Amino acid sequence: HRVLALRCGSIMSSSYNKAVGQFWTSYQVNTPQKLKIIDVFLLYILITGIVQFAYCVLVGTFPFNSFLAGFISTVGTFILTVCLRIQVNPSQTEIKTTPERAFADFLFCNLILHLVVFNFMG
Amino acid sequence: GTLTWFNSLLGFHRVKMKTPTKELNQVKVPAKILVADVKDVLESGVSTEKQEYLLKLLILSLIYLLAFSTRLFSVLRYESVIHEFDPYFNYRSTKYLVNEGIYNFLNWFDQSAWYPLGRIVGGTIYPGLMATAAAVYWVLHAVNITVDIRNVCVLLAPWFASNTAMVTYLFAKEIKDESAGLIAAAFIAIVPGYISRSVAGSYDNEGIAIFALILTYYLWVKAVKTGSLFWSAACSLAYFYMVSAWGGYVFIINLIPLYVLVMLLTGRYSSRLYTAYCTLYVLGTLLAMQITFVGFQPVQSSEHMAAFGTFGILQLFGAFNWVRSHMTPENFSRFFKTTLLAILAIAFAGFAIGVATGYISPWTGRFYSLFDPTWAKENIPIIASVSEHQPTTWASFFFDLHILTFLFPAGMYFCFSKLTDANIFLIIYGITAVYFAGVMVRLMLVLAPVACVLGAYAVSCTLQTYAKHLKKPNPVVVSASTSKRAVTVAQALPVQRELGAIMLSGIGIMLVLYAFHCTWVTSEAYSSPSIVLAARQHDGSRLIFDDFREAYRWLGQNTPDDARIMSWWDYGYQISAMGNRTVLVDNNTWNNSHIAQVGKAMASPEDKAYEIMRALDVDYVLVIFGGLTGYASDDINKFLWMVRIAGSTDPNIIESNYYTPRGEFRIDKEGAPAMLNCLMYKLCYYRFSEVYTEQGRAPGYDRVRNAEIGNKGFKLEYLEEAFTSQHWLVRVYKVKTPDNRGGIVNL
Repeated sequence: HRVLALRCGSIMSSSYNKAVGQFWTSYQVNTPQKLKIIDVFLLYILITGIVQFAYCVLVGTFPFNSFLAGFISTVGTFILTVCLRIQVNPSQTEIKTTPERAFADFLFCNLILHLVVFNFMG
Repeated sequence: GTLTWFNSLLGFHRVKMKTPTKELNQVKVPAKILVADVKDVLESGVSTEKQEYLLKLLILSLIYLLAFSTRLFSVLRYESVIHEFDPYFNYRSTKYLVNEGIYNFLNWFDQSAWYPLGRIVGGTIYPGLMATAAAVYWVLHAVNITVDIRNVCVLLAPWFASNTAMVTYLFAKEIKDESAGLIAAAFIAIVPGYISRSVAGSYDNEGIAIFALILTYYLWVKAVKTGSLFWSAACSLAYFYMVSAWGGYVFIINLIPLYVLVMLLTGRYSSRLYTAYCTLYVLGTLLAMQITFVGFQPVQSSEHMAAFGTFGILQLFGAFNWVRSHMTPENFSRFFKTTLLAILAIAFAGFAIGVATGYISPWTGRFYSLFDPTWAKENIPIIASVSEHQPTTWASFFFDLHILTFLFPAGMYFCFSKLTDANIFLIIYGITAVYFAGVMVRLMLVLAPVACVLGAYAVSCTLQTYAKHLKKPNPVVVSASTSKRAVTVAQALPVQRELGAIMLSGIGIMLVLYAFHCTWVTSEAYSSPSIVLAARQHDGSRLIFDDFREAYRWLGQNTPDDARIMSWWDYGYQISAMGNRTVLVDNNTWNNSHIAQVGKAMASPEDKAYEIMRALDVDYVLVIFGGLTGYASDDINKFLWMVRIAGSTDPNIIESNYYTPRGEFRIDKEGAPAMLNCLMYKLCYYRFSEVYTEQGRAPGYDRVRNAEIGNKGFKLEYLEEAFTSQHWLVRVYKVKTPDNRGGIVNL
């Protein structure tokens, strides 16, 4: 009984691992260099956000507006970069825009975001 | 550059060529007819486009002027004066902003309201209205057009109504096409539901909030259709303006997530939706928290949690979509189930902890009563007592919307028949607006724009269908051997042209009737300044009752500068703005127990009331009395609400004491003793028994309650009459101070 459960469990986890492995190889092969650079930046932003949140959990939320300003700065930049990545991806058809225009919009949004973050930090 | 932008605004470059081009692509036609048709169109086509452009420009300019001028009835009949109660506070704040500057305004602590507590004005208002009026004032003064701030405030709402009409044109154009846009702009320029809160003189938040609302929705639809970051950022800036303008921004931040969820459920997820919503949510939340009054609510209160939840769900959708593009289907299905369950479990746990620890606060009373309309009456009488918070009657729907009442479902039908991303938004907006307008009369204002757009949708579709019938059918014949389908354009019905003419004239008559109704409603119902009353005498001449301003001016000129006035909270803003004196309670109603103290004083007998008034440092008491003139919104008619609110904090005030044993509310001989001896009764009816009000009636006949008062000829012990206005509408009494030996009142 126990052996059967173990084998079911290992089959489940191994198929899950296989799926993840397949995703990883496909990502390595099919993603253009441009998008991989953006992905590294996204990873950096994610780590920054996690560090900020962990600090808040450990030390407390005072002053709350400063924490929110910093945290929303990471979340906001993450979202905006993801949107840029979607629009710059050469294999997408839904959004009709040039990469230059997409980047200009991205800069505009970041300008608004960081101006307000500076105002909110206090 | 500007001209090109303006041209594109009016859709100049998007005017399509008519039928012959289409038929060129689809069917083979004899060459002779083809050449003749194309040449025909080319010769008249260019000037037709120019004509259309000029026509659109002319129509939009006329709509702009119409929206402004139809709101000027009260300015032309009376004078340029601020109406109602709330606008007086906004006017006083704007004066403070203009005179003291932005920094002092944002940090303003008002000591002359809510004595002895004071009010932190900088942190408890939506500053958008004052900032807009001050900006207009400063711009005009910078070019040496020295308009007085009062006139800027009075005329701001009509000007913004014109701007709303323009933005509604853009909104409807984005959803359907220019013709629907023009009709929607024409509808909203005169719809009574919007006029009621935006006449000249009604200087209130809704005047600019509706403009911000439609602007936000227009930019949202544009963002969803294009998926561009620029339009999403513009939408978040418009949302910021809306947050600064009105508390109804909660409607936007719940409607847009609801729309996103509906799109996800109907399988219309796209990267455009992801871009638009995520950008709007992040930028919008951050911008919303810049308003001090909103504070940290966007990340803490339940009213904003739907937006947060939808944000999370969209992240999941986006992530899974991305992962799926890199995996084979069966691998993906295995991965998907496990990961999704794990994430949902964590999210649910986090939400449960947040609610259980109270970190996520529940819905506030004002919005909770929208879902359970009966809740406010039992729990918070102040919310229930506001007349604008009552449920809407069917008559109000028709009165405020006229033909839009039945064009609304017609527009819904047309939306459903051709579902696009933009149409679904309009449908959801319409349904939620109808529900909320039914719960609270004040929210009819939110229904008016969407009713205009849906009505315009229906009218535009109908006009386009029947206008085609008026044209002569094109004599195009197809050679049967070469094409698969025979395309014949023959007359479908023998009376096609007549049918088209009848339908078009019918719609024309309907629109003319709409215009008549709207102008009549504006003139009769929504243009009264309510600070100045008018009545017709027997010989037809007009009698003006200017008692309110007379009394407030008397207060300002005949009482000490630091005198404290006690009155019911309705009149607090007006006393502050026009009388320039300290008040105890005003329309902000932020402190329920302070208002209950005032209510208790009004409902107690004179000696008990005197103790309360001495404890509160009251110098003067002001009451509104309509018994002589027949003015029905006076304090005796509001008295039961005073009792209820007082009773909500002090169990000694029992409402049934003020009714007769049979349960009636009466002020004549049959009235309850508690009623006939309370302070409010005495202040209203002092010396009223000496006055003959109607022919054939005894002296002391109350023309509003239609009864002769029960307690006559009494004397006041602890107060003395200070001022009664010309028609006895406003009565001011001075509270007597104790003399040197204490405890004995000066006689």
